[in-house]
Amino acid sequence: MFRVKLFTPALLTIWCFSSLTMLTGTSRVQADDVPVVEIAAKRFAFSPDKITLKKGQTVKIRLHSEDVTHGFFLRPLKLDEQIPAGQTTEVTVTPQVAGTFTTICDHFCGANHGNMNMTIVVQ
Amino acid sequence: MKATDRRQFLKIAGSSLGIGVLYSAYPATRARGEGEGLFSALSKANGERVASFSFVQLSDAHVGFNGPPDPLGTKAFERAVDMINALPQHPDLVLFTGDLTHDTEDRDVHVQRMKQFQEISQRINVPVIRHVAGEHDAGLDSGALYREFFGDSYYSFDHRGVHFVALDNVSRAKPEVGTEQLEWLKKDLARFPKSAPIVVFTHRPLFDLRSDWEWFTSDGDDVMNILSAYDNVTVLYGHIHRDDEHQIGAVHHYAARSLIFAFPDPTGVAGPRKPIPFDKDHPFKNLGIRNVSFNGKPQPGSQSISVDDIELTAREFRGINGVHQLLRNPNV
Repeated sequence: MFRVKLFTPALLTIWCFSSLTMLTGTSRVQADDVPVVEIAAKRFAFSPDKITLKKGQTVKIRLHSEDVTHGFFLRPLKLDEQIPAGQTTEVTVTPQVAGTFTTICDHFCGANHGNMNMTIVVQ
Repeated sequence: MKATDRRQFLKIAGSSLGIGVLYSAYPATRARGEGEGLFSALSKANGERVASFSFVQLSDAHVGFNGPPDPLGTKAFERAVDMINALPQHPDLVLFTGDLTHDTEDRDVHVQRMKQFQEISQRINVPVIRHVAGEHDAGLDSGALYREFFGDSYYSFDHRGVHFVALDNVSRAKPEVGTEQLEWLKKDLARFPKSAPIVVFTHRPLFDLRSDWEWFTSDGDDVMNILSAYDNVTVLYGHIHRDDEHQIGAVHHYAARSLIFAFPDPTGVAGPRKPIPFDKDHPFKNLGIRNVSFNGKPQPGSQSISVDDIELTAREFRGINGVHQLLRNPNV
């Protein structure tokens, strides 16, 4: 699967995604030009474990499970996704609240499930 | 029937046991003799006289857990069992609010952990033990193994005038109850009057206590909407490995400590959840035992239960007709 290394801060991250997507052709170009952030889920971590988004800017988050079913839950951004085992799902979000948030896997995935989380910073 | 008979019919009080919680339910009439007519009528009508009783809540034993926050395994659980057996008044029942065992993908190992839990819990000198599952019991197999050992993951029963409801918010892997169980809950409660004393016991909190620590139930509001039709509801839960008291509307929510390790106060910690480190000099700290007394009066030789009664349900219980419904055989 096409994987893009994330850079922070997020504005740079998002710009890189958009550019790489168009340059490499290994991931579909977004017709609506919405930046894409890719996140992999694998017991018991998300990769990357931190991303930065811009308040008010719409972004598409593409979630891929590399093993079992995982969740992707963050109440303040109204994110509540299920990532089926071995599959990819997408969610579009426009953060309206600035801050540093802990996003969790809320689909029980094993003994260390309680420590499976990542950070989303909204600036 | 005198009007005063209908006041404060039943009151439930609970006291933290440190490693669990003991609750006492007792008629809360205002003066001696008040309510006697009502009790007699109930006894005649139902064959079960409403009487004082106590029960214990235990939670989060995580049998099979082996990790840095607690290298003592089942020691606290076994200590709790001894302590309950030493209580001067034996409780009528024990409610276990989930995470009886720690999860493993090896089914045979999980079976052994379930058996070990049963072996220890069966040492408790109590007529009835009821359980709900935690995510570590049921999250990986949708509760299949749990049901083999403990039966239905959600159910209800009546005991001495109190309706107990076991809710499952773990078997769907996500922190949710689900529409099927919500419909069941509506039907289960439909036969009760508004004033019925109801104790719900479940694993995760039914409100957003700390969502980024997974201390919530996503459709908990739907559960609470159903329960909001009733005046006297108490929710007991586990999962958070610490004491907590919370009131939403008329409903009181109480969490029990765990029997394995503790988590910190969620209001004082930013970022991800981390257990309180194990203290080898105080191995039962935060799981510890407090001195016991009933109604604030210390009893010689008693071991635990704080002097501070926690009032769970003190709202008025109105109407003898409602009590008739409450105590009737649900199978009739």
